Amino acid sequence: MLSLLLIVVPFLSALLLFVSKSKSTKQISLFSTIITFGIAVAAMFMVKHNPNTNLLQLDLNWIPSLGIHFNIEINMLSSLLVLLTAFLLPLIVLSAFKNEYANEHQFYGLMLMMQSALMGVFMTNDGFLFYVFWELALIPIYFICLLWGGENRAAITFKFFVYTLLGSLFMLVGLIYVYNHTNIDGMKSWNINALYEAGRSLNADQQGVVFWLIFIAFAIKMPIFPFHTWQPNTYVNAPTQGTMLLSGIMLKMGTFALIKWLLPLTPIGLQDCGHTAIILSVIGIVYASCIAIVQKDYKRLIAYSSIAHVGLISAGILTANQQGLQGAIMQMLAHGVNVVALFLIADILLRHTGTRELDKLGGIRNMNGNFAVLFLIVVLGSVALPLTNGFVGEFLLLSGVYKYNAAIAGFAGLSVILGAVYMLRSYQHIMLGERIDNHNTFGALATSDKAVLIIACIAIVAFGIYPAPLNSMAEQGIKELLAIIKPN
Amino acid sequence: MKGLLIISGLGIVAMLAEIFKFKKALLPIVLLGIVAAYATNFIEWNSPQSIVYFDNMIAFDKLGIAFSGIIIATAFLWFILANDYFEDTNNSVDHFALVLFALVGALMLTAYKNMTTLFLGIEIMSIPMYVLAASKKNNIKSNEAGFKYLIMGSFASGFLLFGIALVYGACGSFDLFMIKSYITINSATLPSFFYVGVLMILIAMCFKVSAAPFHFWAPDVYEGSPTLITALMSTVVKTAAFAAFLRLFMISFSGVSELWTMVLAVVVALSLIVANLSAAMQSNVKRMLAFSSISHAAFMLMVILANVRSNLSVSALIYYSLAYSIGSIAAFGVVYNVALKANEDITSFNGLSKRHPLLAFCMTVSMLSLAGIPVTSGFFAKYFVFTAMIGTHYKWLLIIAVLTSAVGVYYYLKVVIAMYFKGNESDNEKLIVEKSQAIVIVLSTIITLVIGIVPNLVADIFSF
Repeated sequence: MLSLLLIVVPFLSALLLFVSKSKSTKQISLFSTIITFGIAVAAMFMVKHNPNTNLLQLDLNWIPSLGIHFNIEINMLSSLLVLLTAFLLPLIVLSAFKNEYANEHQFYGLMLMMQSALMGVFMTNDGFLFYVFWELALIPIYFICLLWGGENRAAITFKFFVYTLLGSLFMLVGLIYVYNHTNIDGMKSWNINALYEAGRSLNADQQGVVFWLIFIAFAIKMPIFPFHTWQPNTYVNAPTQGTMLLSGIMLKMGTFALIKWLLPLTPIGLQDCGHTAIILSVIGIVYASCIAIVQKDYKRLIAYSSIAHVGLISAGILTANQQGLQGAIMQMLAHGVNVVALFLIADILLRHTGTRELDKLGGIRNMNGNFAVLFLIVVLGSVALPLTNGFVGEFLLLSGVYKYNAAIAGFAGLSVILGAVYMLRSYQHIMLGERIDNHNTFGALATSDKAVLIIACIAIVAFGIYPAPLNSMAEQGIKELLAIIKPN
Repeated sequence: MKGLLIISGLGIVAMLAEIFKFKKALLPIVLLGIVAAYATNFIEWNSPQSIVYFDNMIAFDKLGIAFSGIIIATAFLWFILANDYFEDTNNSVDHFALVLFALVGALMLTAYKNMTTLFLGIEIMSIPMYVLAASKKNNIKSNEAGFKYLIMGSFASGFLLFGIALVYGACGSFDLFMIKSYITINSATLPSFFYVGVLMILIAMCFKVSAAPFHFWAPDVYEGSPTLITALMSTVVKTAAFAAFLRLFMISFSGVSELWTMVLAVVVALSLIVANLSAAMQSNVKRMLAFSSISHAAFMLMVILANVRSNLSVSALIYYSLAYSIGSIAAFGVVYNVALKANEDITSFNGLSKRHPLLAFCMTVSMLSLAGIPVTSGFFAKYFVFTAMIGTHYKWLLIIAVLTSAVGVYYYLKVVIAMYFKGNESDNEKLIVEKSQAIVIVLSTIITLVIGIVPNLVADIFSF
């Protein structure tokens, strides 16, 4: 029941916004996202203390003749991603308060629509429903980027949409292929466990093909080198909130799906082809970090840093060991918070100074000390300094990759150094030194912006110092998953 | 069968309307007649056995009735949509009669059991369509369309007739089941001209469903014909042609499937590639829809390919034709209304979201459906095709289908972008749409969404 609420509440609020065109759009959406967050927190406590309650599951027959169920469930792993989505959405909504968008009700409505679909993606236990939610999440973000994006948005969002849709179609083919091998009492079924079983019954060649078909979809979504070409332009051109949704949550669709929908489905495929995929991910880390170092536009820099981070996450996942997977989950949570805060900072810079170009910025610390402190905490979180939230995940990820292969871990470890280079260098350019243009003030931050940054910073520090609650859940969830992947 | 008779009767009544001066009442009469035809069709669906007519020439079995149902329902929507097509001209009565007779041909094609009825059906359906394509008398493009359609269509009919003759020469019968049993008994000693005959029939049928490389007539004819006639072509005519295709190759020639499946697979691959790449280049929406209809034809042909091995695909084809017909009706309805004051170029769609939000929304849904995005019916149509195909050894075809579908998304979205994103503020003149047309467009949109969300409403009925 709770799981259904998580989908229905944002969905109904979105409908309400579309229909009513009310003046208090912002308040309604903030209210709705906070309620959703409340439900998510409640659900998480329930998972922890009373996991067998049927409040967390829902299984309805949707299309019986094809074995398709409307089956959603909050378990150890999905509750973390659900929590992330529910936590970020109020921040994203709040961060939009200072921007005046035309047709506001549509803008906020689409964001809530997106939330609803994302919740579905994370919770569903039915392969077909997964595909449907996966596609449904694409449509609102497409319109958000298209209608409120920067210049040249038509061509860019186009590329984004067609690219990701192509990937999803390959995934659909792969999933149908596995589905055709399912057999539950003589019937085919889309249930995740049936799919797992069917996937494992395939021989090595078949698993390899299925692995690549599905991996391409996830690799495009994340994105992994060399499927990343849509990403920087889309991130830069999307409105700030669109970018936050894309990088904060939608990216996690790819990584989470990799954990839930690919590893247990094709274990032999992973053994045979995982190595290539890990190498691609690691190439992505180094490549994107190097490009990030020379970026002039701050938003573009964050976009490339996101490719580097996600490369490490995906490498950790593909190692399929406890540390790698657990680190991936922790890093997803950390990266979600950090990247949303970073994109907000890019937006604040643009609003206050009219530019995001590193060369034209400087000396802001002297004009607004509070902002400088908050900015610094976010930067430290994203370079994974100990005692920030990024550290736990990155440490686990690197040790997971190291266990898999020391040489690859060496390259992956570059992400830490290069990440520090581009993050600190950009901080230095923007905040320290002399102000380059003639303005001498950098007005006080708006309350809504300040609130978002403070909440993000609290999360960064709090979960850096005391990550245990989330970490223990991730640990346990991954253990359950590994028991399925390697049942020896 | 009674439906077919009722519609033939309606055709004759329509011709009398001019003489007895009840032109005004004709549309209601036709609509009532079509409802009656649908009702009898429904009753026949529920009766257990299929009845054979005219010495085994026509038999409405479940498959035939299912396709007839789709055709009659689409025709009903089409007539409401097309009411001002009939008002505009002096020859409205003739047009009524022609459309109705084309419908008779279409219904025959869903239920023929004999090669002669196949040929008759195709001719009864095509000849009125030739005339209707040219029905904008003063428009040179319309004349060109009619002329091209006539020449190419007759050419295809020639192929068909020649093929039938050769098959008859080999098997000694026109009856589908007799041919089938002849093939199974004498599979080793079939003369070579029999194979030539089968291939000629295949070519003719590909012509009729406008599959590449026999598609050259389609873009010009679609573009030149009056928009509403184009809508009729791409829904009713297409569904009927597919019903005919399926029946012929499923029943008669399934015994020699290794002969034609490879040819058909190549045809499908070509159609997918040529149609989608050409559609992506078009700036005229009607022409784009023509190419899109070729690519959908390829999808439906894939079902026929898959059908040699599984039964699942019959319901897949029925669902596909329904989804495609309904989606097209809405799309062409919108194109027609937009083009009334401008032309069919994509720039005419600029800013439609401001000029008529409802129309823009309906067009978006039908474009998403044609592109195959959940939760529209077009997605499930594609899904059923994929599921039917994945069990066969034509997986390479599936990969082509996936790649070209992505191209498809590109050109369908071009329309959506134009509607929501392009256009300047000054050109904000409201678009006025007639109520009845708006109702049809909205209704089609709702059907598209409903059978997309609950596909078993339809899919379960047709899984026999």
